[in-house]
Amino acid sequence: MGESLTCDVVVVGAGMTGAACALYAARAGLDVTVVDRGPVAGGTTGAGEGNLLVSDKTPGPELDLALLSLRLWGELAQELGKEIEYDPKGGLVVAGTPRALTSLERLAAGQRAAGVRAEPVPADRLADLEPHLAPDLAGGVHYPQDAQVMPALAAAHLLRASGARLLTGHEVTRVLRTRDGTVYGVRTDRGELHAPAVVNAAGTWGGELAARAGVSLPVLPRRGFVLVTEPLPPRIRRKVYAADYVADVAGDSAALQTSPVVEGTAAGPVLIGASRERVGFDRTLSLPAVRALAAGAIRLFPFLTTVRAIRTYAGFRPYLPDHLPAIGPDPRAPGLLHACGHEGAGIGLAPGTGHLIARALTGHATEPAFAAFRPDRFPDAPHQEDRR
Amino acid sequence: MRTDLAVIGAGPAGLAGALAAHARGVRVTLVDAAPAPGGQFHRQPASGLRAARPQALHHQWRTWTRLHAALAASTVRLLTDHHVWCVERVSDGRADGFVVHALLGPEQERSVELHATALLLATGGYETVLPFPGWTLPGVVTAGGAQAMLKAGLVVPGRTAVVAGTGPLLLPVATALAAAGVSVAAVVESTGPRRLARYGGALAGKLPEAAGYAVRLLRHRVPCLARHTVLRAHGDDRVTGVTVAALDAQGRVRPRTERFLPCHTLAVSHGMLPHTDLATTLGCRLDGTAVAVDDQQRTDVPGVWAAGEATGTGGASLALAEGHLAGRSVAARLHGTPYTPAPAAVAARARLRRAADALHRACTPPAHWTDQVTDGTVVCRCEEVTAGEVREALGLGAGDLRSVKLLTRAGMGWCQGRICGPAVAGLTGCRLTPPRRPFAQPVPLGVLAAQHRHEPRAEPTPPPAEEGPS
Repeated sequence: MGESLTCDVVVVGAGMTGAACALYAARAGLDVTVVDRGPVAGGTTGAGEGNLLVSDKTPGPELDLALLSLRLWGELAQELGKEIEYDPKGGLVVAGTPRALTSLERLAAGQRAAGVRAEPVPADRLADLEPHLAPDLAGGVHYPQDAQVMPALAAAHLLRASGARLLTGHEVTRVLRTRDGTVYGVRTDRGELHAPAVVNAAGTWGGELAARAGVSLPVLPRRGFVLVTEPLPPRIRRKVYAADYVADVAGDSAALQTSPVVEGTAAGPVLIGASRERVGFDRTLSLPAVRALAAGAIRLFPFLTTVRAIRTYAGFRPYLPDHLPAIGPDPRAPGLLHACGHEGAGIGLAPGTGHLIARALTGHATEPAFAAFRPDRFPDAPHQEDRR
Repeated sequence: MRTDLAVIGAGPAGLAGALAAHARGVRVTLVDAAPAPGGQFHRQPASGLRAARPQALHHQWRTWTRLHAALAASTVRLLTDHHVWCVERVSDGRADGFVVHALLGPEQERSVELHATALLLATGGYETVLPFPGWTLPGVVTAGGAQAMLKAGLVVPGRTAVVAGTGPLLLPVATALAAAGVSVAAVVESTGPRRLARYGGALAGKLPEAAGYAVRLLRHRVPCLARHTVLRAHGDDRVTGVTVAALDAQGRVRPRTERFLPCHTLAVSHGMLPHTDLATTLGCRLDGTAVAVDDQQRTDVPGVWAAGEATGTGGASLALAEGHLAGRSVAARLHGTPYTPAPAAVAARARLRRAADALHRACTPPAHWTDQVTDGTVVCRCEEVTAGEVREALGLGAGDLRSVKLLTRAGMGWCQGRICGPAVAGLTGCRLTPPRRPFAQPVPLGVLAAQHRHEPRAEPTPPPAEEGPS
């Protein structure tokens, strides 16, 4: 590809979000090229567990996007369910104490009002859902809408289904803009791609890509470790995690501090994820982080004590200061759209994001859904306070 | 437990390093997973077997008895049956150091910690085996595996054997099998004599050794088929024979040269790869697939040395020289004295490394080995991933070993890609890069959790890990 190539839209990033953007844009009739400096799923997509969750979200724009996305995931599963290992397994959030259970139930009530199915489970019924759970829990809430995909396969198969041109191993060095600031394509290390629209789906590296377009977007990495056990016969049916400290849901922080998610996989290993640390792009093993994961998992499932971890790996969630993604057109650079900064929810929120981006590309960017995710909502100065 | 120098691996490199440092006044602890020191090269028969003449199966027996006697006479603390699963870099405010985490005994349910100021990684290497149709049949073993069986258990695997592949392991293994009474139907080596001759200068030192094996194989009437390869192994429940064929100068199978050799055992080897898991977790730089070291065997991480096969496979004599120099360097560093290299060891290291490099270049698998790998051939045995699935991953957008793994599961299983890595790299054209394996061994979650409970709560660094569902 020495010379330039012309299409309707260039999507930068061949991860889950880029794949979803490519699919919905192509289905809206656009000619799409996806470009990535690495392979498909080479970034955070390849390091995640594939959570499609509503259970961990408080009512608001992110939960609305999650509900839309889950519906779209259900449609995608009709076509690609087997290839992407779609499993509507449901989630179970458990509380260790009566006080935590009260907070959890209050959160669930709010979620129900927003359209989430959240079914209270008394302590003596927990074993019906998960027979190997620790016996001393106060109760829980069952979220049947929570689901799972294998994220790398999902990205690869959505890209294939999109029919988009895929250029892996091409690094975008610059987003091309005319003298009046309008975006007209990208320059890569192997030539130029011309298009009236460029979508930034570069995930954790979305801030870097934004800078190559001359705008700022304060995406920063938040490291997570995942522990993988030896293959086991199926014993954990759902995504299970503990809500030990549910903050006052009516309060502003509304932070759900939780233990690790523990879940079985079709292939046999149990996945335990994930820690959260702000340490930049440092892949060095953190034994304290994986010890905390192991301890949290055993509190929920005591049988895991003798089970061996065969692997652990780190990924970098792309987070923005207000923990909401940037989705939609960037008024500072006409033709540039952002679809990044989903923190730990990128797989789950991908179809909704792709759908919104396709709407914007076809001239429907005025929908209210875009308001909360405006990419220019942060001050222009580089965001430094969370760097360590 | 506390020590000045922790040596991981009690093979030739680890033993030489431990003894050299100990002789210079360093407190040394030598850690190994096996029940006795010696490593793979000097693997010992289990004492319960009462082998009358264990030296019959061993090379350089005199070197081994000398090392063993020196170890016994020393105060080097020897920790056998210790399976190191991770080495952690720690800073206690006064000085940087390391914590070696090891699981104990055959059950591996309890973990102990060894605190050390310096670390010598002598973790050795492991065998590479490339797939071919039938390679997963019972009776197909690695050449090193066959050798280990002979050395440790004295059990002979099958009555008739074929030894195949490429590299310096084939001749000694065939010789040992023949000496143990196995009928060796053939040694099938894909490299031709002309290719070896091209590196004749550097290999001159290896010639007497190779000639010795050749003579012994002649005595046992073992035919050597140079520039030949195994096309497939046959059998239903276990291997009953192999089809071999000649290769042309380009490494392609020459038409109409196939022939069938009946056998009960097929011992295969396509070379060795260094064990680098502990080194990469510590952040040591690699050079290709081996740990990068300087002329004192220092890695680029202060306080960490490496020697032997971990720094590039080259055999036991090279490992001894490297280990010795590493031990001297550690002692100099810990005592704050100048490093004084041993000229003989420096010269031996240079000569043996040249020979090893030449052998590596000469003994590469045939250029077109993947042509023989049918789509139905299982490549990743742990996850039962076929060559066809691995090839298809390229069409889905895979571009490196990690993305192939994510899209196929090849390398996700119990062995973590140690066996299938080279095969997947060959089939996809991706570069063979050792993946990060923070756990060098599987570790029980209970061991990790117990350490979590013991962790001091008011630790200022690192920042507390927050946990969450995604």
